[in-house]
Amino acid sequence: MEKKITVTIDGQEISAKPGQTILECARSLGIYIPTLCHYQNTTNVGACRVCVVEVENARSLVASCCMPVSPGMVIRTDTPAVRAAQKMIVELLWSSGDHNCLTCEQNGQCELQNLVYWLKIDQPRFKIEPPGHALDDSNTMIHRDLNKCVLCGRCIRACNEIQVNEVLDFAQRGSYAKVGPAFDADYIDSACVFCGECLQVCPTGAITFKQAKFGGRPWELNKVRTTCTYCGVGCQMDLYTKDNQIVKVSGNREYGQPNDGSLCVKGRFGMDFVSHPDRLKKPLIRYKKNEDFKEASWDEAFSFIADKLNAIKKDHGSDAIAGLASARVTNEENYLFQKFFRAAVGTNNVDHCARL
Amino acid sequence: MTNSIDEIEYTDLILATGTNTTENHPVIGAKIKRAVKQQGAKLIVIDPRKIDLVKYADIWLCQKPGTDVAVFNGMMNVIISEGLEAKEYIVERTEGFDALKTTVAKYTPEYVEKISGVPAEDLRKAARLYAGAKSASILYAMGITQHISGTDNVKSIANLSMICGNVGIEGGGVNPLRGQNNVQGACDMGGLPNVYPAYQQVANEDARKKFETAWGAILSPKPGLTLMEMMAAAGSGAVKALYIMGENPLLSDPDLHHVKKELQNLELLVVQDIFMTETAEIADVVLPVASFAEKDGTFSNTERRVQRVRKAIEPPGEAITDWEAICGISNKFGYPMHYSSAKEIFEEVATVTPSYAGITYKRIDKEGIQWPCPTSDHKGTKFLHKDRFSRGLGLFSAIEFIEPNEWPDKEYPLILTTGRVLYHYHTGTMTTRAQGPSERCPESLVEINPADADRLGISDGQMVKVTSRRGFVEAKAQITDKSTKGTIFMNFHFAAAPVNLLTNPALDPTGKIPELKVCAVKLAAA
Repeated sequence: MEKKITVTIDGQEISAKPGQTILECARSLGIYIPTLCHYQNTTNVGACRVCVVEVENARSLVASCCMPVSPGMVIRTDTPAVRAAQKMIVELLWSSGDHNCLTCEQNGQCELQNLVYWLKIDQPRFKIEPPGHALDDSNTMIHRDLNKCVLCGRCIRACNEIQVNEVLDFAQRGSYAKVGPAFDADYIDSACVFCGECLQVCPTGAITFKQAKFGGRPWELNKVRTTCTYCGVGCQMDLYTKDNQIVKVSGNREYGQPNDGSLCVKGRFGMDFVSHPDRLKKPLIRYKKNEDFKEASWDEAFSFIADKLNAIKKDHGSDAIAGLASARVTNEENYLFQKFFRAAVGTNNVDHCARL
Repeated sequence: MTNSIDEIEYTDLILATGTNTTENHPVIGAKIKRAVKQQGAKLIVIDPRKIDLVKYADIWLCQKPGTDVAVFNGMMNVIISEGLEAKEYIVERTEGFDALKTTVAKYTPEYVEKISGVPAEDLRKAARLYAGAKSASILYAMGITQHISGTDNVKSIANLSMICGNVGIEGGGVNPLRGQNNVQGACDMGGLPNVYPAYQQVANEDARKKFETAWGAILSPKPGLTLMEMMAAAGSGAVKALYIMGENPLLSDPDLHHVKKELQNLELLVVQDIFMTETAEIADVVLPVASFAEKDGTFSNTERRVQRVRKAIEPPGEAITDWEAICGISNKFGYPMHYSSAKEIFEEVATVTPSYAGITYKRIDKEGIQWPCPTSDHKGTKFLHKDRFSRGLGLFSAIEFIEPNEWPDKEYPLILTTGRVLYHYHTGTMTTRAQGPSERCPESLVEINPADADRLGISDGQMVKVTSRRGFVEAKAQITDKSTKGTIFMNFHFAAAPVNLLTNPALDPTGKIPELKVCAVKLAAA
């Protein structure tokens, strides 16, 4: 049996495993401690200090995301000292960036905005002085505005620890500090492979889905969970839609297997083909070889095909007809397709491009 | 896959061969990198190209394309001669070991070096490392299968996995990474010429009777034609009508000139797709259908996980779903098919597909289930062959190395190998119409080793002409040590540089898969 540790959080006792953090214990009790730099399954860095709590007999407030519990610990999460520290931190973050919610794509789902509201802050007590970083508008997929960056480092850990692409890191020091690829390059000129994990974990509007800009406010979008249409991994993803268009695509860690919320460049940024003007919209029939296609109704198309197939079956037998099913369409459709050939046409001439 | 994607991250050793995982299955690629960097797993890469994973590998065996059987036999030679095999497992759970042992005896590391170019000492190290792992997962993809020896290659992988007791354990296994979202499902559903759903043989009378009853029709006992055989039959006139759903053989098949002629010989070519593909352009009827985002249904992923596809938006214009189109044709043809939803079709699937019998839309709403899932209280199967192989005992196959169908010679001195790149997918009908991926990778490139480029006087970015016995294409050169000396790489995404004009249609005799990974070419500045 593993030893258990008993600690008290806001008057509630909890039995914890050694090594568990205060934050984990509080969350399992349903006690809310705000966080910003913390991101599950990546290293706890304690960078933002938003998650501070009071621990009896500790010299100062402690960062709950990093602090493992110890026997008999008495923890309080909502004292005046804790709130004052959190307000100070959030006001400093607010005032050191260009957090203009009017034009920000993250408005409504920004973790900094949520914290300001939760802490009931009207105005930061400090002068707002954005760092004046140049925008990275270098590509069509990921937009970066480092003036909205709170230096939480989540994108860096996502890039290095989740996707292991090892492109992002901190550069510079102090108030010049910033996040980015080596040599301060824009993404397009770096080794970035555009998996987009950085924008998925960014708590503010610093890294955003470029093609979704002005595509719809978060609360206007409809979210549908589905399975990616590209490779065989079968990543679970959310399609965000508005006005019958896919506005953006996101992974979702809550869905678990097989991708734990990660996606790749094709899954995240490769879905604009769905609404491409080249999509076929009407059945087309070439009534005679070498003639042009003519638009037809579904009824005409079905009859044309069925009549020809029946004639060929009659003259040459069922095995003169063949079909290619598809690794691209659903199980249900593949099932019906082979059923059509086997039961209706009477041939086993069905294959698909598993071999290609 | 015999095992699950999740297990890759927590196994002791990963052997990746013929899979450029970080580009073709990036999310699994990340798991491999995490396994190595965070969990301390060992990684062996066996690949003729210096792919990204090589950076993370403990050992990279760079074999000459098409010599895989020799390399695997060589590894087994070392394992057996050093007594590292899983003796108890071999006795209790397998058969045919003695024949295997006899065959691999001559594949000494020195002999294998002569065939494959893999240094004997590296081969020994890799064999010892693999045999020493508590659980070892072998991952492979089309780099293994698209050879005339494709079936042999896969059997060799199974041999290697079994002699070390890695089949039927967590973190082990023989794990093909499927290239297309639902290639697993298309096979499971009987989209193959010799089997009904769940791999029930059409030649088996009991299976046939069962489906005749379920479908109310007389069924043919004769296995049908494979894709490549269909094309040939179209050319000869034996097949008069071809109905293609969501495939683009005019860019994906080998020896395209030939394929086009064969398709044009048909009396009726029906293509059902979301775009006017190269194949649709020569069709008699083109049917517009819904994309994945516009319909409900299920896909089965590479680890046999059946997952929901959900409709997010309406299809454009008059497009309908593929299943509605099939029903429409079938109804006019004289075999009524009436379904009100994908769910209703799935319910029928479950009644005739034993491995899917316990799966319902309700059960997979939150998390997909891995087949086999025979009953409604079965949790699904994380890894196969636990305690017992599906056939009883695991069967070793003694396999000799055979050379690829076409080997370089004086006239065509280089090997061309083909595949995909990170930013594009298959024949490019989707990704070349996606802004981001196209921005990052706008055109086809011929990847050439610096030494070859130097010798031929080719500079980076220059247009080059690649010629095989079947045709030629032109594309830009990219000089990179990702290609090893003597081997060039091209992708098959772009219609402007259709690399399958060059590739060799020679087939694996069992799997009928063409040898897309090896053909002889010559290269010159265009």
